[in-house]
Amino acid sequence: MAIEIITEKCVGCQACLSACPFGAISMEGKLAVIDFDTCNLCGACVDSCKFDAILLRKEEAVAQDISAYKGVWVVAEQYRGDIQSVTYELLGKGRELADKLGVELCAVLLGKDICEKTDEMIHRGAEKVYLVDSPELLQYQNEPYSKVIIELINEYKPEIVLCGATSTGRSLIARVAVKINAGLTADCTSLDIDQEKGLLLQTRPAFGGNIMATIICPNHRPQMATVRHKVMKEAEVDTSKSGEVIKKVYNDNMLSSRTKLVNVIEEEGSTVNLSEADIIVSGGRGLSKPENFALLHELADALGGAVGASRAAVDADWIAYSHQVGQTGKTVCPKIYISCGISGQIQHLAGMSSSDIIIAINKDPDAPIFKVANYGIVGDLHEIIPVLTKKIKSILA
Amino acid sequence: MNIIVCIKQVPDTANIEIDPQTNTLIREGVESIINPFDMYAIEEAVRTKEKLNGNVIAVTMGPPQAEIALREAISMGVDEAVLVSDRAFAGSDTWATSYTLACAIRKIGKFDIIFCGKQAADGDTAQVGPGISMHLDIPQVTYVKKIEEVTADRARVERMTEEGYEIIEAPLPVLFTVVKEINEPRIPSLKGKMKAKSAQIKALTAKDLDADEKLLGLNGSPTQVVKIFTPPPREGGEMLTGSTEEIVDKLVKVLKDECKSKI
Amino acid sequence: MSYLLTEEQKMIRDLARQIADEKIRPVAAEYDEKEEFPWPILKVIAESDLAGIYIEEAYGGMGGGVTELCIATEEFSKACGGIAVSYAASALGAYPIILYGSEDQKKKYLPDIAKGKKLAAFGLTEAGAGSDAGAVSTTAKKDGDYYILDGVKQWITNGGEAETYTVIAMTDKTKGSRGASAFIVEKGTPGFEFGKKEKKLGIRSSATRELIFTNCKIPKENLLGKEGLGFIVAMKTFDKSRPGIGAQAVGIAQGALDHALKYAKERVQFGKPISSFQGMQFMLADMGTQVEAARALVYLAAGLIDSGAKDISKLSAMSKLFASDVAMKVTTDAVQVFGGYGYMRDYPVEKYMRDAKITQIYEGTNQIQRSIIAVEMIKEMLRK
Repeated sequence: MAIEIITEKCVGCQACLSACPFGAISMEGKLAVIDFDTCNLCGACVDSCKFDAILLRKEEAVAQDISAYKGVWVVAEQYRGDIQSVTYELLGKGRELADKLGVELCAVLLGKDICEKTDEMIHRGAEKVYLVDSPELLQYQNEPYSKVIIELINEYKPEIVLCGATSTGRSLIARVAVKINAGLTADCTSLDIDQEKGLLLQTRPAFGGNIMATIICPNHRPQMATVRHKVMKEAEVDTSKSGEVIKKVYNDNMLSSRTKLVNVIEEEGSTVNLSEADIIVSGGRGLSKPENFALLHELADALGGAVGASRAAVDADWIAYSHQVGQTGKTVCPKIYISCGISGQIQHLAGMSSSDIIIAINKDPDAPIFKVANYGIVGDLHEIIPVLTKKIKSILA
Repeated sequence: MNIIVCIKQVPDTANIEIDPQTNTLIREGVESIINPFDMYAIEEAVRTKEKLNGNVIAVTMGPPQAEIALREAISMGVDEAVLVSDRAFAGSDTWATSYTLACAIRKIGKFDIIFCGKQAADGDTAQVGPGISMHLDIPQVTYVKKIEEVTADRARVERMTEEGYEIIEAPLPVLFTVVKEINEPRIPSLKGKMKAKSAQIKALTAKDLDADEKLLGLNGSPTQVVKIFTPPPREGGEMLTGSTEEIVDKLVKVLKDECKSKI
Repeated sequence: MSYLLTEEQKMIRDLARQIADEKIRPVAAEYDEKEEFPWPILKVIAESDLAGIYIEEAYGGMGGGVTELCIATEEFSKACGGIAVSYAASALGAYPIILYGSEDQKKKYLPDIAKGKKLAAFGLTEAGAGSDAGAVSTTAKKDGDYYILDGVKQWITNGGEAETYTVIAMTDKTKGSRGASAFIVEKGTPGFEFGKKEKKLGIRSSATRELIFTNCKIPKENLLGKEGLGFIVAMKTFDKSRPGIGAQAVGIAQGALDHALKYAKERVQFGKPISSFQGMQFMLADMGTQVEAARALVYLAAGLIDSGAKDISKLSAMSKLFASDVAMKVTTDAVQVFGGYGYMRDYPVEKYMRDAKITQIYEGTNQIQRSIIAVEMIKEMLRK
């Protein structure tokens, strides 16, 4: 086994027991013992041990020549030819990483008739844009997109590739990472550079946001990460910036797809784009009945926001699942999250606790939601919300 | 129709609590369950079988106790179960996990559709499904919310996106990852539970897989966890009190301050 | 307390509990409010093989007995007494066929009931014949290869929803209770209609209707056993089914107690959870003890019946009597624990109290149970 406890060094302090996120360590007498069936070799215990009594060995992988890999890449996301805002967030973070490493920031843009969109990348800080413009790339399709990106990475060898943790990004980049034998960390909320080793430090939540893990990829390149939408700051626009556009053309074989996209159906309204909203008004069981969601819709409309819901409200069929915020629903990080009649179960908090400002209204003063709220109101939402809506409307009128 | 469904046993995060003193997960009494998203995969696999006749095999990679998850899958109508378990797999990241499962699926033999949940509730990566399809070199459709039609060699499905959904046709064999909208998982039947209790679970170890051992477990994982920590809990803030009018005035001020552009 | 359940019984309990928690509990209040028959839930129960746990495997069931039926009924009742009785009343309708049906009758009717494709119901009570079952006035006149049924059965659980009815009617009025016979009547038979759905205090998701027979012609093959056996069929059926009502009562009581306990722990008055007050603790302790005693009696009776014992009337009646009185007491106390909140329909406990009341009334009022128990005790003494 690659992990062991050096019994001579273990003093039985039990620090590793609480550090283990998998509950794999127990005490036998005065010694810590690892249950290898449960251990995931994550190494959390190694850091926790003040006596260097835990040893995690990893055989060095077949050395890949990683020195040839240079530069930070951002895989741009476009929908119907419009660059999605997550791309600008990636460029913002990408700039910071590239500066720390002293390397180039590049963007990769795939689509059809999108040549003029390259400026948008350059004005947001990309020094180079790899552009593949072809009718087959009009809409995102797994196989052509992944084949093209694999080819680009193999040819130009970036050391870091960032992609939005969207339904497109997550589906696309996991295939790419497997094919090129690269490490991929999903859904990062924080990225940094280990200045000493030049490694990308990728931090992401796990267990529904209850723990955070920092992940590195020491021996494989590129280091790949998907990044959660709305966590990073968008890069500022600077129209004075210029950059290079590298157009690539690929043959039919590269652009072919075994799956066929038959149709794209947009659902206006029904898919509330919660993850894009700056203000979310969210309701839970405290609304007492489905009709009361109307109160929240009215407030959300007045504020130009979207309506969210707790799982309890969705499970009771008060509102569609597309509104659900939380671990089994959507993760949101609006500027303002107004929680109405939501007790604040940990699964709900996992989906909204990275909001800038949380306002909670609940009858129960002991509701856990108040522990995370910046502003708490113990009271009846049925009284407060209508008055608030009226006031907002009169201000905006 | 030969159907494979990949499942994972995860801690029931719905019941996870944080010890306020030590700020760590309280694991005591936390049950292991089938990853909630995999329940939809199991249900869709069984429904597809019921419509088209065939065989559903559930596969999981995990410790020996993951057998419980496989038995639960059988109680819901899965025909056979394979436990891919070996200490050599410990420390696998999503790359190594998808490689190991792909090797196991090749070992199992012919298949037409592989179902996976969209992601696991403990890791939330959504990478293993697409990873398996790449290792097996088959097409994938992620976030499937409806299977419109399946024939002997093609399937037509709806894939959920941020903007709505796409209708996609895929040749078989294919891998689907499914979302909550696709169905309502059934309650097991008593006969299913009885069958599950006595069912033979096939075990595959590293040796059985014809895998490149360098690509398994910790050694086959490009990524490494260097630090695990609990995020600092958010501090509770200010309580707004007073009459409804007073509270609303304070709220409006907060909204104005925090969201200047709008109000 | 496990009551030494077998592996299979534990599976039934776990499965029924899962259905109760995931499928029944979230909708119980809504069904109660709308007084809607819980077909979607009964479909889930059917698909999980629980509809026929008490029916022999030869007839499509799972081969269990009264104990298995009680286990499932108790678990469903913890979440909703009304939905639970819709399930259990089908067993009441099926027992006459199980006990007295011919091979042909069993083959014809039991498999669909066992699979949950059809519900069954039992029809004895009439407007003028409640506790005095001998006063049944519905008649069945022999007419060649047929019997002609005339009369009205009242307050029949699952009435209108069930497909298969077992009905007690007089074939010979001159013989009094020895002139009664039991028949199987299928829904849709000409001359067989239903009255309007009754509005009830509790168990409001269950359906209660009149069965109206007007010159209703049924084949003579539908006679259960022999002519004149009607009351024996009814009494033997009740002997088997009463622990089921006991289990329903135990479930209702336990469900209310669970809510009360949780509330007592959460509710703070005078700066402390009310569960820390001795007055509250004494109440909770009594409630818990009573529920456990009732459960013990119900499963003792069920186990005795399943063992094949002959004299089961006394214990069967005791289990129903005691458990239903406990249910009424415990659910009333649960409302008391909740105080003013308990009286409000926004909170779940008042429904348990409403649902509990019927268990003291149907399948023989508790006064009738006491008569049965006393008569059996006296008979036992005389035999010694």
